Amino acid sequence: MADDEPLVRWKWIADHLNYLAQLALDHAVMALVPVLIGLLLAVPLGLLCARHPRLYQPVAVVFNTLYALPAVAIFMLLVPYTGLGEAGTVMIPLTFYALALLLPTTVEGLRATPEAVRQAATAMGYGHWRRLVAVELPSSVPYLMGGLRVAAVSSISMAAVGALVGRGALGYLFIDGFQRTFTTPILAGIVLIAALALLVDVALVLARRLLAPWAVRSQGAAQ
Amino acid sequence: MNWIDWLHTFFTSPARQSGPDSIVHRLAEHFAFTGEALLYAGLLSVPLGLVLGYTGRGSALVTLLAGTARALPTLGLVTLVVLLAGIGRSAVLIPLVVLAVPPLLVAAVEGVRGTDPDLRDAARGIGLTHPQVLFQVCLPAALPALLAGLRSATVQVIATATVAAYVGLGGLGRYVMDGLALRDFPAVAGGAVLVVALALLTQLLFAGLLRYALPPGIRPRRSVD
Repeated sequence: MADDEPLVRWKWIADHLNYLAQLALDHAVMALVPVLIGLLLAVPLGLLCARHPRLYQPVAVVFNTLYALPAVAIFMLLVPYTGLGEAGTVMIPLTFYALALLLPTTVEGLRATPEAVRQAATAMGYGHWRRLVAVELPSSVPYLMGGLRVAAVSSISMAAVGALVGRGALGYLFIDGFQRTFTTPILAGIVLIAALALLVDVALVLARRLLAPWAVRSQGAAQ
Repeated sequence: MNWIDWLHTFFTSPARQSGPDSIVHRLAEHFAFTGEALLYAGLLSVPLGLVLGYTGRGSALVTLLAGTARALPTLGLVTLVVLLAGIGRSAVLIPLVVLAVPPLLVAAVEGVRGTDPDLRDAARGIGLTHPQVLFQVCLPAALPALLAGLRSATVQVIATATVAAYVGLGGLGRYVMDGLALRDFPAVAGGAVLVVALALLTQLLFAGLLRYALPPGIRPRRSVD
């Protein structure tokens, strides 16, 4: 790096505000749509696993293993099918990561319904499925929101690695900055990604308060 | 566009059999970085985590640190550190250590804090000093948590070391990055498969460790209540 180069050149940031906003928007879509799809898949799968506990053990092992696979390698393995620079190369694996994280959370949440509540529902004539959907699912919301926070934040930071396969949104700033030995875009990228993660995290905390007001006092439950 | 052909081309190419770009050499490099980063991260975080967990101080700080670490983009950290510190082995080790510290620290803190308070009281009651309680009671009880933290840290470092090949680090990531630059898909596929295999083996190893390497008294077991 040149000696006279400052760590952050504010003028570059001021000149590229529109560009940065565009990348941030692209990043948010690329990282969060998979989390949403993951949630939509995790809830029915979680209900199925909670209804048939024998199914859960193997499913949990598979998804725990999937979750621990390095995102870089998975992106690379998909490149021949989905192409370099395509959003799908990044979004498909991110969906699986989100699902791998949310499925166990859903099942744990469903199982954490107090026994008294479960028995009360049964006594009122609720069948297995109706009790799961109408009683156990709502009471698992605090757990789900906890899982969603982790999934959303890690999805946002993982999406940046997509820059290595040509589609990283804010992650592109790292490649750009490195190739030009220019630290400003790299720092801007790190700050924007962390800020996006924080924003989504705060939004999810607020959503949890709205959706599950009873759980606010027992914050520890979903941690 | 055929996986079997690609993997065959990759694994049978003479450059992969011997020399600096051979699979054995790249794998050894990957192990060396991972081991070194985990060693430094462990030396930094485990003693600190044990003390913080035992005294119950700074838990808010540890939670915050863990959350921030999850939001940090690895590629950004790697490129920034290398631009600031220059390309070199020790520079690339910094982000690897930085990313391995939070899971280990959290595991140490949570492990010690999760020790049954009655057990701690009993240990104090029979006259053990605080350091004795920490090392003879809390540390063994924290072992499963520590191992789980070490597993997360290892998986994280293996993945980050792959990403760090982008800025010139050796290891299995070299195949992937060089392959992409040269449009050599057999190398990309072979490298990615090797990284996935390494991550899977790590998982298996830790599953085995958690199951068999612990003294019977602290093995995870079904609740007896």
